[in-house]
Amino acid sequence: MSIRRILIANRGEIAVRIIRTCRILGIETVLAASEADRDSLPARLADRTICIGPAQPSASYLKVETMVQAALGVGADAIHPGYGFLSERPELARLCEQQGVIFIGPTAAQIEAVGDKLRARAEAEAVAVPVVPGGAADSLDAALALAEVIGMPLLVKAVGGGGGRGMKRVDSLAQLPAMLDMAASEAGAAFGDARVYLERYVTRGRHVEVQILGDGRQNVIHLGERDCSVQRRYQKLLEEAPAPDLPDTLRGGLHAAATRLGRRLGYRGAGTVEFLVDRQREMFYFLEVNARIQVEHPVTEALTGVDLVAEQISIAEGSGLRLRQADIRPSGWALECRVNAEDPTREFSPSPGLLGEVCWPGGAGVRVDTHIAAGMRLSPYYDSLMAKIIIHAADRPAAISRMRQAIADTRIDGVATNLAFHAALLADAEFQAGGVDTGYVARLLERTHG
Amino acid sequence: MTLTSKDVAEITRLLEESTFTELQLEVDGLKISLRRGAAGPPGPPATAAPAAPPTVPTAAPASADQHRHEVSAPLLGTFYRAPKPGAAPFVEVGSPVTEDSIVGIIEVMKLMNAVRAGARGTVVEILGRDGTLVEYGETLLRITRAS
Repeated sequence: MSIRRILIANRGEIAVRIIRTCRILGIETVLAASEADRDSLPARLADRTICIGPAQPSASYLKVETMVQAALGVGADAIHPGYGFLSERPELARLCEQQGVIFIGPTAAQIEAVGDKLRARAEAEAVAVPVVPGGAADSLDAALALAEVIGMPLLVKAVGGGGGRGMKRVDSLAQLPAMLDMAASEAGAAFGDARVYLERYVTRGRHVEVQILGDGRQNVIHLGERDCSVQRRYQKLLEEAPAPDLPDTLRGGLHAAATRLGRRLGYRGAGTVEFLVDRQREMFYFLEVNARIQVEHPVTEALTGVDLVAEQISIAEGSGLRLRQADIRPSGWALECRVNAEDPTREFSPSPGLLGEVCWPGGAGVRVDTHIAAGMRLSPYYDSLMAKIIIHAADRPAAISRMRQAIADTRIDGVATNLAFHAALLADAEFQAGGVDTGYVARLLERTHG
Repeated sequence: MTLTSKDVAEITRLLEESTFTELQLEVDGLKISLRRGAAGPPGPPATAAPAAPPTVPTAAPASADQHRHEVSAPLLGTFYRAPKPGAAPFVEVGSPVTEDSIVGIIEVMKLMNAVRAGARGTVVEILGRDGTLVEYGETLLRITRAS
């Protein structure tokens, strides 16, 4: 069935991103906006905006029933959930299924299967995708016994979670009971599921993820990998593709593992399979599946020329995969910097406020995905992501050089930003050498500020 | 093209909702200059404004008289004026209401939420149409407060 009108159940830059593709496809857009977002850039770009509730996400963007009612009320055929908010809530996908509204994403059952991290691990193991040594920690005794096997340091993680919340590092057996309790209560508060599990902490690991597309009928292709190792406290700051300094055997192994898992799940839509790459052991381990479009998807779009949102919509319409694996021909190098309203000199604390002048970089190979404009107020209710600057160039040195110029050409007045951090990062010799691990940003900050 | 007083009222409203402090408009030789707050020199540039959260526009606009009370939708959903199809509406224009009087219901996925008058007085206008989608904050009806 062809989709004529989409309700966008999100805000910010991803709402703008979805609207842009819908305009190209001739699909009408209705933005479901909170009161604080009535005059936002996506609200101005959408064909129609309806107010779904007050600024607090719990009373607007997180209300499953309201979103579906809004879609029915405006005559939308489909809901695009973007990322965050309701994107990985099986309740929304299920209610859509019941009400005959197309959910642009995986099935409710698939979201549930990958949302439960222990189940996702089991699915990975079933198709011989290696997982980090670890397992369930149902009781303290079981956790202590398992911890002896895994060894130190290890991570306590939330079964129902992701994004670093409910995650605790444990360096000795003595710390384990307290960390288990803390992680469990954090997980319960954040995800409504207090179950936790243990995993070995790979000290020098790299975060590499593979973009997949599936039609829900066992056809799954991959669009290459992205390296997201430049992160601070599990929050990604810069992403790139392809992953630098990665042997072809490892790269090929990651792609094959991701598609194998996608096929096992009968995955429908766009998804990401996250891996931890251990360069010391030349191994990789499955981490989790993100059942949504991701913040860093433009990196893959730049490299492959594929509009991932358009593919999501096409798959949701039921027309299957339009692309075969052979159609995916990545070329050159892509980088993305996340420009956040946060102050690196004050522990990266969010910096909402009224924006003054805003200027973006431009030119060949430069893309800016943003929702901000001069004179706009950045609400304290939402995340601090203002824009993503994406560069596509022939090779990595060229991409880094162009990104440095793009960052220098960017001006955002009125709020603190992490632009200076990006400038320092791109100028750093270790980053330029390529292949940094997830502990790199902490070390860089210590070197430059400490 | 000519500007009516209604257009000017609409432009004023847009300025009120924006973050700008000043607006100048020229249409067919007619020039309008609107400035936020008291008369005098233009205020400080927008960047220097205090970082207060935007005001919630569910309350009656400042220009409306104090006797007027607007009932706005407490949530998005389908508005119904009657408890069930075919039944008499909760209120009509001219109906007396108290703060707790139910004036309509909003359905969200089969869940019925009562909308209450919130003021004592008389219904003077009903804007919410029966069986249609209403947005959060949309004005459903107007009440003149009893003095």
